Amino acid sequence: MDTYYHPHDLSKFAEMGKGNKELWDKFIGYYGAVFAAGALSEREKALIALGVAHAVQCPYCIDAYTQTCLEKGSNVEEMTEAVHVACAIRGGSSLVHGVQMRNVVDKLSM
Amino acid sequence: MALTLVSRRDPLASSREQLNRLATVKTCPPFKEKLALAGLHPLHATGITVFQINVGKFCNQTCRHCHVDAGPERVEQMTRQTAELCIEALAQTDIPTVDITGGAPELNPNFRWLVEQARALGRHVMDRCNLTVLLLKPQTGLAEFLASNRVEVVASLPYFQSSQTDAQRGDGVFDKSIQALQTLNRLGYGVEGSGLVLNLVHNPVGAFLPAKQDASQAQFRRELLRRHGVVFNHLYTITNMPISRFLEFLLQSGNYEGYMERLANAFNPAAAAGVMCRYTLSVGWDGTLYDCDFNQMLDLPLANGAPTHISEFDLARLNTRRIVTANHCYGCTAGAGSSCGGAVA
Repeated sequence: MDTYYHPHDLSKFAEMGKGNKELWDKFIGYYGAVFAAGALSEREKALIALGVAHAVQCPYCIDAYTQTCLEKGSNVEEMTEAVHVACAIRGGSSLVHGVQMRNVVDKLSM
Repeated sequence: MALTLVSRRDPLASSREQLNRLATVKTCPPFKEKLALAGLHPLHATGITVFQINVGKFCNQTCRHCHVDAGPERVEQMTRQTAELCIEALAQTDIPTVDITGGAPELNPNFRWLVEQARALGRHVMDRCNLTVLLLKPQTGLAEFLASNRVEVVASLPYFQSSQTDAQRGDGVFDKSIQALQTLNRLGYGVEGSGLVLNLVHNPVGAFLPAKQDASQAQFRRELLRRHGVVFNHLYTITNMPISRFLEFLLQSGNYEGYMERLANAFNPAAAAGVMCRYTLSVGWDGTLYDCDFNQMLDLPLANGAPTHISEFDLARLNTRRIVTANHCYGCTAGAGSSCGGAVA
């Protein structure tokens, strides 16, 4: 193994069912239901998934959901905005913890 | 403007080279194996309801995904004599729909004659239009001609934005296409109650499958109306076929094997059962008969004892003929399927 991540490993995802088929089947059933059209369209859900993929920095998910977004009819401008949403939440998440920092400063300081 | 494979003397201009690439791809099993698993091999026609005539490879555009390798320097054009054979054959039948394609079919000198003859026989006529042809000076009055003959216009528009459309079809094509659509709308095309049908065709701008037809149609309808005041009847989603110039793009961009794998993994037995070749007869510019326009471009004429030229037209034998297939057929059976009329499943 010369790298932890390899693009062709994405197509081996279903091999995770070999260790515990019951859990895999439950996961994949849930997964399929999550991404089916409901109150949100399949296209909107794929854009959310793309943003989350960037937030969790999963190269498999980024590869898969970039393709899925295109195949659901999204364009690169919409997909870029989805990535910015992930970026803003990640950045905002760091920044909002600054309030804790300030709370501690306030407590410790005269 | 880009050049055709033929004028660049590219090896992929040869149908034999394309078929060789398709036969040796490692990321998908032979198409006939998938067809057999679906209980559809060998595939047979189920009767002809669409008489599709490809009048030639001459076109005013050289789109990057073109399965015909059409362009301004192509000289193949259906003659009046062959067009007459098409009308004679059509007159022997009650095939309801005549689908005229190219190239840019309107640039064939016999196009208007063909339309008038087919209409005189009472057939529904479809024109596969690249839109920009309507703006060419020598084609003045073309839109009015189509309207007066109640021809259904099936117009190519891959996206509702210029960047994607121009990337596939050439610089400036989007703006001209919108102008042509607005002209068609002014004549009543796409307008509810007019009876003049304007359908759009969307091909993905890249190596991926089209979105669901209903979802794309709603998106195009909303955006084209909001941005340009354009209306239309239906949107057809068509998968890019891994042949000719799209095959060249796949190979050059390193997407070929992945795309073929994607098509094969998305094989849909319901789409395979409804493929257009089962109810279409495709006539080439020289009168040769094919199962579809894609087989036509791969020089795969009818076989297995079926007539091979329009001069030998025999409806009974054509109605139940065995279809010629190869690995490019995955393009019509992936996902919701793909046909000249869009998704099939």
